[in-house]
Amino acid sequence: MSDDDPLLAARDLKNHYPVTEGPFRREVGSVRAVDGVSFTLDRGETLGLVGESGCGKSTTARTLLGLEEPTGGQVRFDGEVVFDGDAGTGVTGERRKRFRRDAQIVFQDPTSTFDPRMTVGESVTEPLRIHGLADREHRREVGEDLLVRVGLDTEDYDRYPHAFSGGQRQRLALARALILNPRLLVADEPVSALDAAVTSEILSLLADLQADLGLALVVISHDLRVVREVCDRVAVMYLGEIVEVSPTEDLFADPRHPYTRALLSAIPEPDPNVRSNPVELSGTVPSAANPPSGCRFHTRCPSVIQPASVDLDQETWRRVVDLRVTLAEGIDADALVRVHAEADESESDLTDRQVRRALRAEFDLPEPIDDEAVEEAVTDALDAVARGDEERALDRLAAACTTPCEEHAPALRSVGDGREVACHLHHPPDGVEIDGDGESAASRGDD
Amino acid sequence: MTDRSTEEATADRPLLEVEDLRTYFYTDRGTVRAVDGVSVSVSAGETVCLVGESGAGKSVTAESITRLIDTPPGDISGTIRFKGRDLTEASERELQSVRGDEIAHVFQNPGEALNPVYTAGRQVAEVLKIHTDLGKAARRERAVDLLDRVGLPNPGTVADTYPHELSGGQKQRVCLAIALAGEPDLLVVDEPTTALDVTVQAGILALLADLQSEFGMAILFVTHDLGVVAQVADEVVVLYAGKVMERGPVEKIFHGAGHPYTRALLACLPGRGGARQSIGGEPPSALDPPDGCRFAPRCAYAVGECHRGGHPDLVPVDGASDHVASCLFHQSGFDRSHIEGDPPEGGDALALDDGDTFARSDDNESPEDEP
Repeated sequence: MSDDDPLLAARDLKNHYPVTEGPFRREVGSVRAVDGVSFTLDRGETLGLVGESGCGKSTTARTLLGLEEPTGGQVRFDGEVVFDGDAGTGVTGERRKRFRRDAQIVFQDPTSTFDPRMTVGESVTEPLRIHGLADREHRREVGEDLLVRVGLDTEDYDRYPHAFSGGQRQRLALARALILNPRLLVADEPVSALDAAVTSEILSLLADLQADLGLALVVISHDLRVVREVCDRVAVMYLGEIVEVSPTEDLFADPRHPYTRALLSAIPEPDPNVRSNPVELSGTVPSAANPPSGCRFHTRCPSVIQPASVDLDQETWRRVVDLRVTLAEGIDADALVRVHAEADESESDLTDRQVRRALRAEFDLPEPIDDEAVEEAVTDALDAVARGDEERALDRLAAACTTPCEEHAPALRSVGDGREVACHLHHPPDGVEIDGDGESAASRGDD
Repeated sequence: MTDRSTEEATADRPLLEVEDLRTYFYTDRGTVRAVDGVSVSVSAGETVCLVGESGAGKSVTAESITRLIDTPPGDISGTIRFKGRDLTEASERELQSVRGDEIAHVFQNPGEALNPVYTAGRQVAEVLKIHTDLGKAARRERAVDLLDRVGLPNPGTVADTYPHELSGGQKQRVCLAIALAGEPDLLVVDEPTTALDVTVQAGILALLADLQSEFGMAILFVTHDLGVVAQVADEVVVLYAGKVMERGPVEKIFHGAGHPYTRALLACLPGRGGARQSIGGEPPSALDPPDGCRFAPRCAYAVGECHRGGHPDLVPVDGASDHVASCLFHQSGFDRSHIEGDPPEGGDALALDDGDTFARSDDNESPEDEP
């Protein structure tokens, strides 16, 4: 329990939700909301957790604090194991209560987190009562102090939540979280329900409080601009996994993972003279119940690696992979034919040729594709689709166009300067060669 | 698009002209002046952004145009001219033929805008049924076409899915397809990307730009996100407490804002680097707005004059007629340098937060942004 230990350490944290079916709730699979997340947080440090909705940020937070039991992995707080998902144990009794005191959370929606029938004073000081401070007067004293500290008035103590604006309620939520003098505060989307003007006030307050109280802070947000304001380090999550961890300014200056690049490039530039140039991602986020094999981002990654046998320009290669991904999800070829039909064609002459042409048009594939083996596979596959044999089409494409990214899952590994990335472009798996060095390949499609 | 317009209307007049719009709500607690004398005009093919904090009257302005506001309790006055026609005078029946056909709306929450019990394709086809003579099969075909046009992969499959099977971004694309079905001249989009992830937002914004250049639509874009404004707007209207604070080309708003409120709003933007500032205080109540300038109680530059009389008129900033602000200090007889320096010490306004602790370096920062 030395001071060199990080305050909080998560190792291979997992939280899977069972998917059940039928009258006996037979388990048929699981949603892997958090799937092997590891990180550490030092005393007084601020870590940002970012990613798109559904990537598992909030579940990670809830699991860290024990609001949900992890289904695997371990959480250590101050050197002590507080949850062990593998063994299904954790601290209990008095020690557990102490952890609950030391680690607090603030939620996104400050409206639904207050009981409308309790005065805000009662709500804010309730944790004190629960943790054994029985003296009402003393509680009031502490509560009023804290209200002032978060920028409200002592008179507010006896008012009800409806009398406060969203920003003020978020201040109240902060007061309630801080009243037990925690050492760790998790803020789950603390400003996403607020206006820009109020957002900046709350962020200022958070940073002030942290500096004054020496809190360790985990800020969860889908908005990278928010994270940039307050965090020392940022962890980027995608589909239940961390794909990159880096000091904040390094991450913004030089994102290493293609997903991080895409996220950053999608932030609209607040200057009409600077045109945003977002990296386009293919498709949508896959389901966490059935995540893609290998690197989970390969179904959308603009830098997805070509197998040694293929030599195409990256964009065409991406579109070939898109074709394969979409076929695997199922495709309505007839509708595509009609969409891409030329004006003078009637529906009656829906031919195989038309299906092939429609699919090529839909995926913007040149004819022929620059690589003979790929061209052959694509032609065969499109023929198979036209015949309605999609399985055959998929097999054909899999044989010629399997990317190393789907065969090997990349681990989160150091790339120096306190940065970690989980991407084959930075650490190619054995036997895979990357054109040029990984760096330049990773930044492809960035301009 | 012009072939559908009436003869005299479009030549040199804007597509939509809203003048002195007032939308009040009569409630038990008094009259809520949600929109209190707003003028906006949108020309064909142009994108106009309505920006402001929540409660500024952005959405009510947008919804008053086609009277989506229930009256009563609402009460809409002022003139709304669309293609030369006065919509305030139009009957409900006439408005129904305008809505969805000439003016289409897309709202913030696509989950609530779609009907959960009909497939996406059917909901697109419904608009076609109302506004066109197409037969059933043709409507279906056109619906699939539209779903393809809004960038949904596999449009034939999407047409047969129910809203709950789609992601937020996909649902918003379906809403866009519904809006486009009537080939509108004006698309009113109200916070279309606020509920979406940033990567999805980027896709929707790119799509809107594409569609605009393809169909030549005008877009009235309601948002509180200044980053989005900078990327999509031609013209910006800054609203505060039901009043227009400033109006002008996007370039001038971001790099030469005339109203202290606009500057304060820009200074709040996270991620711009530099010392970020808060406005402080709360927007005034729409039940009982303050005398004088509506922003005066929170304005760092406010002087005694600012608290008297009605809200100042919009006057040109720098003598340019396309850029106006409703700040006293731009009127003749006032020294505008007052609002250009640092705010005076000990003014009656709330002190600005000390932003020093959040200073982060940023390469993109342009120093002239800071007031």
